[in-house]
Amino acid sequence: MDTRRDFMKCLAWAGTGIVWSVAGGVPRSLGLGGAALAAPAGGFTFVQISDTHMGFKAEANPDPNATLQAALDKIAALPQKPAMMIHTGDVTHLSKPEQFDTADQIIKGAKLDTHFIPGEHDVIGDDGRMYFDRFGGKGAAPGGWYSFDQGGVHFVGLMNVVGFGPATGGTLGKDQLEWLEADLKGKSASTPIVVMAHIPLWPIYPQWGWTTGDADQAFTYLKPFGSVTVLNGHIHQVVQKVEGKVTFQTAMSTAFPQPAAGTAPNPGPLKVPAEKLKTMLGIREIVYAPATGLKLTDDPLA
Amino acid sequence: MMNAIKRRAQPLAAAVMLALSLPAYADEAGQPAQIAAVQPGAVTIDNFAFAPALLIVAPGTKVTWTNKDEEPHTVVSADGGQTFKSPALDTDDKFSFTFDKPGSYKYFCSIHSHMVGTIVVK
Repeated sequence: MDTRRDFMKCLAWAGTGIVWSVAGGVPRSLGLGGAALAAPAGGFTFVQISDTHMGFKAEANPDPNATLQAALDKIAALPQKPAMMIHTGDVTHLSKPEQFDTADQIIKGAKLDTHFIPGEHDVIGDDGRMYFDRFGGKGAAPGGWYSFDQGGVHFVGLMNVVGFGPATGGTLGKDQLEWLEADLKGKSASTPIVVMAHIPLWPIYPQWGWTTGDADQAFTYLKPFGSVTVLNGHIHQVVQKVEGKVTFQTAMSTAFPQPAAGTAPNPGPLKVPAEKLKTMLGIREIVYAPATGLKLTDDPLA
Repeated sequence: MMNAIKRRAQPLAAAVMLALSLPAYADEAGQPAQIAAVQPGAVTIDNFAFAPALLIVAPGTKVTWTNKDEEPHTVVSADGGQTFKSPALDTDDKFSFTFDKPGSYKYFCSIHSHMVGTIVVK
Protein backbone atom coordinates (compact mmCIF):
# COMPACT_ATOMS: atom_id res chain seq x y z
CA MET A 1 0.00 0.00 0.00
CA ASP A 2 1.44 3.31 -1.08
CA THR A 3 -1.42 5.31 0.31
CA ARG A 4 0.64 7.28 2.79
CA ARG A 5 3.23 8.25 0.22
CA ASP A 6 0.54 9.15 -2.29
CA PHE A 7 -1.17 11.29 0.25
CA MET A 8 2.01 13.18 1.04
CA LYS A 9 2.47 13.78 -2.66
CA CYS A 10 -1.08 15.01 -2.75
CA LEU A 11 -0.46 17.35 0.16
CA ALA A 12 2.62 18.80 -1.46
CA TRP A 13 0.54 19.43 -4.54
CA ALA A 14 -2.20 21.01 -2.43
CA GLY A 15 0.22 23.56 -1.05
CA THR A 16 1.38 24.81 -4.42
CA GLY A 17 0.95 28.52 -4.92
CA ILE A 18 -1.07 29.14 -1.79
CA VAL A 19 -0.21 31.30 1.17
CA TRP A 20 -1.34 29.78 4.42
CA SER A 21 -1.82 31.01 7.89
CA VAL A 22 -3.15 29.13 10.87
CA ALA A 23 -5.82 30.57 13.11
CA GLY A 24 -7.24 28.54 15.95
CA GLY A 25 -5.70 25.38 14.56
CA VAL A 26 -7.47 25.74 11.24
CA PRO A 27 -5.41 26.54 8.18
CA ARG A 28 -6.89 29.47 6.33
CA SER A 29 -5.92 31.31 3.25
CA LEU A 30 -4.79 34.86 3.45
CA GLY A 31 -7.23 37.00 1.60
CA LEU A 32 -9.06 39.99 2.88
CA GLY A 33 -9.40 39.65 6.63
CA GLY A 34 -12.69 37.91 7.45
CA ALA A 35 -14.32 40.68 9.43
CA ALA A 36 -13.09 43.32 7.02
CA LEU A 37 -14.96 41.79 4.10
CA ALA A 38 -16.49 44.57 2.08
CA ALA A 39 -17.90 44.74 -1.40
CA PRO A 40 -15.17 46.01 -3.72
CA ALA A 41 -15.69 48.52 -6.47
CA GLY A 42 -17.70 46.93 -9.27
CA GLY A 43 -17.81 43.61 -7.49
CA PHE A 44 -19.83 41.72 -4.92
CA THR A 45 -19.44 39.27 -2.05
CA PHE A 46 -21.06 35.92 -1.38
CA VAL A 47 -20.77 33.22 1.26
CA GLN A 48 -20.52 29.45 1.22
CA ILE A 49 -21.81 27.04 3.83
CA SER A 50 -21.53 23.28 3.53
CA ASP A 51 -22.31 19.94 5.13
CA THR A 52 -24.92 21.14 7.61
CA HIS A 53 -26.02 17.49 8.24
CA MET A 54 -29.36 18.29 9.84
CA GLY A 55 -30.36 15.25 11.92
CA PHE A 56 -26.82 14.28 12.90
CA LYS A 57 -26.88 13.37 16.57
CA ALA A 58 -23.65 11.54 17.39
CA GLU A 59 -20.98 12.52 19.87
CA ALA A 60 -18.95 14.60 17.41
CA ASN A 61 -21.64 17.30 17.65
CA PRO A 62 -24.78 16.81 19.72
CA ASP A 63 -26.34 20.03 18.38
CA PRO A 64 -25.72 20.69 14.67
CA ASN A 65 -28.77 23.00 14.57
CA ALA A 66 -27.01 25.36 16.98
CA THR A 67 -23.73 25.34 15.06
CA LEU A 68 -25.57 26.02 11.78
CA GLN A 69 -27.32 28.92 13.49
CA ALA A 70 -23.93 30.15 14.75
CA ALA A 71 -22.62 30.04 11.17
CA LEU A 72 -25.59 32.07 9.93
CA ASP A 73 -25.16 34.53 12.80
CA LYS A 74 -21.57 35.00 11.72
CA ILE A 75 -22.74 35.75 8.19
CA ALA A 76 -25.38 38.16 9.48
CA ALA A 77 -22.68 40.01 11.41
CA LEU A 78 -20.60 40.70 8.29
CA PRO A 79 -20.26 44.44 7.66
CA GLN A 80 -21.63 44.03 4.15
CA LYS A 81 -24.65 41.83 3.48
CA PRO A 82 -23.56 39.16 0.96
CA ALA A 83 -25.30 39.19 -2.40
CA MET A 84 -26.14 35.52 -1.95
CA MET A 85 -25.26 32.26 -0.22
CA ILE A 86 -24.35 28.86 -1.65
CA HIS A 87 -24.74 25.53 0.12
CA THR A 88 -22.46 22.81 -1.25
CA GLY A 89 -24.42 19.81 -0.07
CA ASP A 90 -25.16 17.34 2.70
CA VAL A 91 -27.93 19.62 3.84
CA THR A 92 -29.30 16.67 5.82
CA HIS A 93 -27.76 13.61 7.41
CA LEU A 94 -30.24 10.95 6.28
CA SER A 95 -32.53 12.54 3.64
CA LYS A 96 -35.48 12.48 6.05
CA PRO A 97 -38.43 14.88 5.58
CA GLU A 98 -38.10 16.35 9.07
CA GLN A 99 -34.38 16.96 8.46
CA PHE A 100 -35.14 18.83 5.23
CA ASP A 101 -37.80 20.81 7.15
CA THR A 102 -35.33 21.82 9.87
CA ALA A 103 -32.73 22.84 7.30
CA ASP A 104 -35.29 24.89 5.40
CA GLN A 105 -36.47 26.66 8.57
CA ILE A 106 -33.01 27.55 9.86
CA ILE A 107 -31.50 28.56 6.51
CA LYS A 108 -34.54 30.66 5.57
CA GLY A 109 -33.81 32.68 8.70
CA ALA A 110 -30.66 34.03 7.04
CA LYS A 111 -32.88 35.88 4.52
CA LEU A 112 -30.35 35.36 1.76
CA ASP A 113 -30.87 34.21 -1.81
CA THR A 114 -29.46 30.67 -1.45
CA HIS A 115 -28.32 28.24 -4.16
CA PHE A 116 -28.05 24.60 -3.14
CA ILE A 117 -26.42 21.54 -4.59
CA PRO A 118 -26.99 18.14 -2.97
CA GLY A 119 -24.57 15.83 -1.21
CA GLU A 120 -24.85 12.05 -1.14
CA HIS A 121 -26.58 12.32 2.25
CA ASP A 122 -29.43 14.26 0.56
CA VAL A 123 -30.31 11.70 -2.08
CA ILE A 124 -30.55 8.46 -0.06
CA GLY A 125 -33.29 6.11 -1.20
CA ASP A 126 -35.10 8.41 -3.64
CA ASP A 127 -32.33 9.80 -5.89
CA GLY A 128 -32.96 13.20 -4.38
CA ARG A 129 -36.67 13.64 -5.09
CA MET A 130 -37.38 15.15 -1.68
CA TYR A 131 -34.28 17.30 -1.89
CA PHE A 132 -35.16 18.70 -5.32
CA ASP A 133 -38.73 19.48 -4.23
CA ARG A 134 -37.35 21.90 -1.68
CA PHE A 135 -33.93 23.04 -2.81
CA GLY A 136 -33.72 22.30 -6.54
CA GLY A 137 -32.13 25.10 -8.58
CA LYS A 138 -34.44 27.35 -10.57
CA GLY A 139 -34.45 26.28 -14.20
CA ALA A 140 -32.32 23.24 -13.39
CA ALA A 141 -31.88 20.46 -15.95
CA PRO A 142 -33.82 17.23 -15.19
CA GLY A 143 -30.66 15.81 -13.58
CA GLY A 144 -30.52 18.74 -11.14
CA TRP A 145 -27.52 20.67 -12.46
CA TYR A 146 -27.84 24.34 -13.32
CA SER A 147 -26.02 27.57 -14.01
CA PHE A 148 -26.66 31.26 -13.50
CA ASP A 149 -24.86 34.58 -13.83
CA GLN A 150 -24.31 37.06 -11.09
CA GLY A 151 -22.31 40.29 -11.22
CA GLY A 152 -20.26 39.16 -14.20
CA VAL A 153 -19.43 35.73 -12.76
CA HIS A 154 -20.82 32.54 -14.28
CA PHE A 155 -21.85 30.01 -11.61
CA VAL A 156 -22.25 26.32 -12.42
CA GLY A 157 -23.91 23.94 -9.94
CA LEU A 158 -22.88 20.36 -10.66
CA MET A 159 -24.33 17.11 -9.31
CA ASN A 160 -21.86 14.35 -8.55
CA VAL A 161 -23.74 12.33 -5.95
CA VAL A 162 -26.27 10.36 -7.99
CA GLY A 163 -25.73 7.37 -10.24
CA PHE A 164 -22.26 6.49 -9.12
CA GLY A 165 -21.05 2.93 -8.91
CA PRO A 166 -18.85 1.00 -6.51
CA ALA A 167 -15.50 2.67 -5.82
CA THR A 168 -15.93 5.45 -8.41
CA GLY A 169 -16.16 8.30 -5.95
CA GLY A 170 -18.40 11.06 -7.30
CA THR A 171 -19.71 10.84 -10.85
CA LEU A 172 -20.91 13.57 -13.20
CA GLY A 173 -22.16 11.31 -15.99
CA LYS A 174 -22.41 11.73 -19.75
CA ASP A 175 -25.60 13.80 -19.81
CA GLN A 176 -24.25 16.36 -17.37
CA LEU A 177 -20.89 16.59 -19.13
CA GLU A 178 -22.64 17.25 -22.44
CA TRP A 179 -24.76 19.90 -20.76
CA LEU A 180 -21.65 21.53 -19.28
CA GLU A 181 -19.92 21.67 -22.64
CA ALA A 182 -22.98 23.37 -24.17
CA ASP A 183 -23.42 25.68 -21.18
CA LEU A 184 -19.87 27.01 -21.44
CA LYS A 185 -19.78 27.25 -25.20
CA GLY A 186 -19.75 30.81 -26.45
CA LYS A 187 -18.80 32.29 -23.08
CA SER A 188 -15.86 34.66 -23.28
CA ALA A 189 -12.62 33.20 -21.90
CA SER A 190 -12.37 36.20 -19.57
CA THR A 191 -15.62 35.30 -17.79
CA PRO A 192 -14.77 34.18 -14.24
CA ILE A 193 -16.28 30.76 -13.61
CA VAL A 194 -17.31 29.37 -10.22
CA VAL A 195 -18.04 25.64 -10.19
CA MET A 196 -19.91 24.20 -7.23
CA ALA A 197 -20.00 20.46 -6.55
CA HIS A 198 -20.33 18.46 -3.36
CA ILE A 199 -17.66 15.78 -3.73
CA PRO A 200 -14.21 17.18 -4.56
CA LEU A 201 -13.58 17.42 -8.30
CA TRP A 202 -9.97 16.37 -7.87
CA PRO A 203 -8.50 13.23 -6.31
CA ILE A 204 -7.81 14.26 -2.73
CA TYR A 205 -8.00 10.72 -1.36
CA PRO A 206 -9.73 8.18 -3.62
CA GLN A 207 -9.32 5.46 -0.97
CA TRP A 208 -12.05 7.25 0.98
CA GLY A 209 -14.03 8.20 -2.12
CA TRP A 210 -12.73 11.80 -2.01
CA THR A 211 -12.60 12.14 -5.78
CA THR A 212 -14.85 12.42 -8.83
CA GLY A 213 -14.16 9.70 -11.37
CA ASP A 214 -15.00 11.62 -14.55
CA ALA A 215 -14.08 15.18 -13.51
CA ASP A 216 -11.18 15.34 -16.00
CA GLN A 217 -13.66 15.57 -18.84
CA ALA A 218 -15.30 18.59 -17.22
CA PHE A 219 -11.95 20.36 -17.02
CA THR A 220 -11.34 19.96 -20.74
CA TYR A 221 -14.39 22.22 -21.21
CA LEU A 222 -13.19 24.65 -18.52
CA LYS A 223 -9.68 24.88 -19.91
CA PRO A 224 -10.18 27.98 -22.10
CA PHE A 225 -11.21 30.12 -19.14
CA GLY A 226 -8.80 32.46 -17.43
CA SER A 227 -10.25 32.06 -13.93
CA VAL A 228 -11.98 28.95 -12.62
CA THR A 229 -12.80 28.53 -8.93
CA VAL A 230 -14.05 25.14 -7.76
CA LEU A 231 -15.94 25.13 -4.47
CA ASN A 232 -16.50 21.70 -2.92
CA GLY A 233 -17.73 20.29 0.39
CA HIS A 234 -17.89 16.67 1.52
CA ILE A 235 -14.65 16.35 3.48
CA HIS A 236 -15.46 18.83 6.29
CA GLN A 237 -12.10 20.60 6.20
CA VAL A 238 -10.25 23.06 4.01
CA VAL A 239 -7.96 21.61 1.37
CA GLN A 240 -6.73 23.74 -1.51
CA LYS A 241 -4.98 23.17 -4.76
CA VAL A 242 -4.06 25.56 -7.52
CA GLU A 243 -3.45 24.08 -10.91
CA GLY A 244 -2.83 26.62 -13.63
CA LYS A 245 -5.87 28.87 -13.78
CA VAL A 246 -7.99 26.58 -11.65
CA THR A 247 -8.28 26.98 -7.88
CA PHE A 248 -9.84 24.07 -6.02
CA GLN A 249 -11.00 24.48 -2.47
CA THR A 250 -13.06 22.32 -0.12
CA ALA A 251 -14.97 23.89 2.76
CA MET A 252 -15.46 23.34 6.46
CA SER A 253 -18.74 21.85 7.63
CA THR A 254 -21.08 23.59 10.06
CA ALA A 255 -21.80 20.24 11.76
CA PHE A 256 -18.67 18.18 12.53
CA PRO A 257 -15.06 17.84 11.40
CA GLN A 258 -13.59 14.83 9.61
CA PRO A 259 -10.04 13.49 9.89
CA ALA A 260 -7.40 14.60 7.41
CA ALA A 261 -6.98 12.09 4.58
CA GLY A 262 -5.47 8.83 5.73
CA THR A 263 -4.95 9.90 9.35
CA ALA A 264 -7.71 7.67 10.77
CA PRO A 265 -8.99 4.15 10.10
CA ASN A 266 -12.01 5.66 8.33
CA PRO A 267 -13.46 9.06 7.34
CA GLY A 268 -16.09 9.03 10.09
CA PRO A 269 -16.83 12.12 12.25
CA LEU A 270 -13.82 13.39 14.18
CA LYS A 271 -14.49 13.72 17.89
CA VAL A 272 -12.75 16.71 19.41
CA PRO A 273 -13.11 18.41 22.81
CA ALA A 274 -16.18 20.68 22.97
CA GLU A 275 -14.08 23.85 23.17
CA LYS A 276 -12.22 22.86 20.01
CA LEU A 277 -15.26 22.00 17.90
CA LYS A 278 -16.11 25.55 16.83
CA THR A 279 -12.55 26.12 15.66
CA MET A 280 -13.02 23.30 13.12
CA LEU A 281 -16.43 24.38 11.81
CA GLY A 282 -16.98 27.47 9.77
CA ILE A 283 -18.07 29.47 6.77
CA ARG A 284 -16.34 30.82 3.69
CA GLU A 285 -16.51 34.37 2.43
CA ILE A 286 -15.80 35.09 -1.21
CA VAL A 287 -15.20 38.53 -2.60
CA TYR A 288 -15.17 39.25 -6.30
CA ALA A 289 -13.94 42.33 -8.10
CA PRO A 290 -13.16 42.55 -11.82
CA ALA A 291 -9.68 43.93 -11.08
CA THR A 292 -8.64 41.32 -8.53
CA GLY A 293 -10.74 38.26 -9.30
CA LEU A 294 -12.08 36.02 -6.56
CA LYS A 295 -10.64 35.93 -3.08
CA LEU A 296 -11.62 33.25 -0.61
CA THR A 297 -11.43 33.43 3.16
CA ASP A 298 -12.27 30.54 5.45
CA ASP A 299 -13.61 31.65 8.80
CA PRO A 300 -13.96 29.22 11.69
CA LEU A 301 -16.92 29.74 14.04
CA ALA A 302 -14.52 30.43 16.90
CA MET B 1 -10.57 -3.72 15.83
CA MET B 2 -9.72 -6.81 17.88
CA ASN B 3 -13.38 -7.73 17.92
CA ALA B 4 -13.60 -7.42 14.18
CA ILE B 5 -10.61 -9.70 13.73
CA LYS B 6 -12.04 -12.25 16.12
CA ARG B 7 -15.38 -12.19 14.38
CA ARG B 8 -13.78 -12.75 11.02
CA ALA B 9 -11.73 -15.60 12.39
CA GLN B 10 -14.71 -17.84 13.07
CA PRO B 11 -15.58 -19.29 9.69
CA LEU B 12 -18.16 -22.01 9.58
CA ALA B 13 -16.71 -25.24 8.29
CA ALA B 14 -19.45 -25.54 5.71
CA ALA B 15 -18.80 -22.11 4.31
CA VAL B 16 -15.09 -22.82 4.04
CA MET B 17 -15.75 -26.06 2.18
CA LEU B 18 -18.01 -24.17 -0.19
CA ALA B 19 -15.41 -21.46 -0.61
CA LEU B 20 -12.67 -23.95 -1.41
CA SER B 21 -14.75 -25.43 -4.21
CA LEU B 22 -15.12 -22.01 -5.86
CA PRO B 23 -12.79 -20.41 -8.33
CA ALA B 24 -10.71 -17.63 -6.82
CA TYR B 25 -12.53 -14.32 -6.60
CA ALA B 26 -10.66 -11.07 -6.75
CA ASP B 27 -11.66 -7.62 -5.62
CA GLU B 28 -11.42 -4.37 -7.63
CA ALA B 29 -7.70 -4.00 -7.01
CA GLY B 30 -7.02 -7.55 -8.18
CA GLN B 31 -6.25 -8.72 -4.65
CA PRO B 32 -7.49 -12.18 -3.75
CA ALA B 33 -10.69 -11.61 -1.82
CA GLN B 34 -10.83 -12.70 1.76
CA ILE B 35 -13.31 -15.54 1.97
CA ALA B 36 -14.59 -15.64 5.49
CA ALA B 37 -18.25 -16.30 6.13
CA VAL B 38 -19.38 -15.44 9.64
CA GLN B 39 -22.76 -17.04 9.53
CA PRO B 40 -24.71 -17.62 6.38
CA GLY B 41 -26.93 -14.66 5.70
CA ALA B 42 -25.28 -12.08 7.96
CA VAL B 43 -23.09 -9.15 6.95
CA THR B 44 -21.85 -6.67 9.52
CA ILE B 45 -21.04 -3.10 8.56
CA ASP B 46 -18.24 -1.93 10.80
CA ASN B 47 -15.38 0.56 10.47
CA PHE B 48 -16.57 1.55 6.96
CA ALA B 49 -16.39 -2.01 5.61
CA PHE B 50 -18.69 -4.93 4.87
CA ALA B 51 -17.66 -8.06 6.77
CA PRO B 52 -17.36 -10.53 5.29
CA ALA B 53 -16.72 -8.67 2.04
CA LEU B 54 -17.54 -11.86 0.15
CA LEU B 55 -20.38 -14.02 1.44
CA ILE B 56 -21.41 -17.26 -0.19
CA VAL B 57 -24.95 -18.48 0.36
CA ALA B 58 -27.36 -21.05 -1.04
CA PRO B 59 -30.28 -19.92 -3.23
CA GLY B 60 -33.20 -18.75 -1.13
CA THR B 61 -31.02 -17.39 1.70
CA LYS B 62 -32.14 -14.20 3.36
CA VAL B 63 -29.09 -12.02 3.94
CA THR B 64 -29.26 -9.37 6.66
CA TRP B 65 -26.88 -6.43 6.90
CA THR B 66 -26.46 -4.73 10.28
CA ASN B 67 -24.81 -1.33 10.62
CA LYS B 68 -22.54 -1.28 13.68
CA ASP B 69 -20.94 2.04 12.72
CA GLU B 70 -21.82 5.42 14.15
CA GLU B 71 -22.04 6.63 10.55
CA PRO B 72 -25.03 5.87 8.34
CA HIS B 73 -24.49 3.48 5.44
CA THR B 74 -26.55 1.96 2.65
CA VAL B 75 -26.53 -1.35 0.81
CA VAL B 76 -27.06 -0.87 -2.93
CA SER B 77 -26.59 -3.43 -5.70
CA ALA B 78 -23.96 -2.43 -8.25
CA ASP B 79 -26.58 -2.33 -11.03
CA GLY B 80 -27.59 1.07 -9.69
CA GLY B 81 -29.85 -0.42 -7.04
CA GLN B 82 -32.11 -2.27 -9.46
CA THR B 83 -31.72 -5.61 -7.65
CA PHE B 84 -31.70 -4.29 -4.09
CA LYS B 85 -31.42 -0.93 -2.40
CA SER B 86 -31.66 -0.21 1.31
CA PRO B 87 -32.79 3.04 2.88
CA ALA B 88 -30.26 4.88 5.04
CA LEU B 89 -29.15 2.54 7.82
CA ASP B 90 -28.36 4.39 11.00
CA THR B 91 -26.50 2.73 13.88
CA ASP B 92 -27.89 -0.78 14.55
CA ASP B 93 -30.39 -0.55 11.67
CA LYS B 94 -30.80 -3.70 9.57
CA PHE B 95 -31.65 -4.41 5.95
CA SER B 96 -32.50 -7.82 4.47
CA PHE B 97 -32.77 -9.22 0.97
CA THR B 98 -33.54 -12.78 -0.10
CA PHE B 99 -31.30 -14.12 -2.85
CA ASP B 100 -33.27 -16.62 -4.94
CA LYS B 101 -31.26 -16.75 -8.15
CA PRO B 102 -27.70 -18.09 -8.35
CA GLY B 103 -25.10 -15.54 -9.38
CA SER B 104 -22.56 -13.05 -8.13
CA TYR B 105 -24.07 -9.87 -6.70
CA LYS B 106 -21.75 -6.94 -6.18
CA TYR B 107 -22.98 -4.12 -3.96
CA PHE B 108 -21.69 -0.94 -2.34
CA CYS B 109 -22.59 1.85 0.05
CA SER B 110 -24.04 4.76 -1.91
CA ILE B 111 -22.83 7.20 0.77
CA HIS B 112 -19.26 5.86 0.81
CA SER B 113 -18.67 4.30 -2.60
CA HIS B 114 -15.31 2.83 -1.60
CA MET B 115 -17.22 0.35 0.58
CA VAL B 116 -17.88 -2.66 -1.63
CA GLY B 117 -18.99 -6.24 -1.09
CA THR B 118 -20.17 -9.31 -2.98
CA ILE B 119 -22.79 -11.96 -2.30
CA VAL B 120 -22.29 -15.17 -4.27
CA VAL B 121 -25.38 -17.35 -4.53
CA LYS B 122 -24.73 -20.96 -5.53
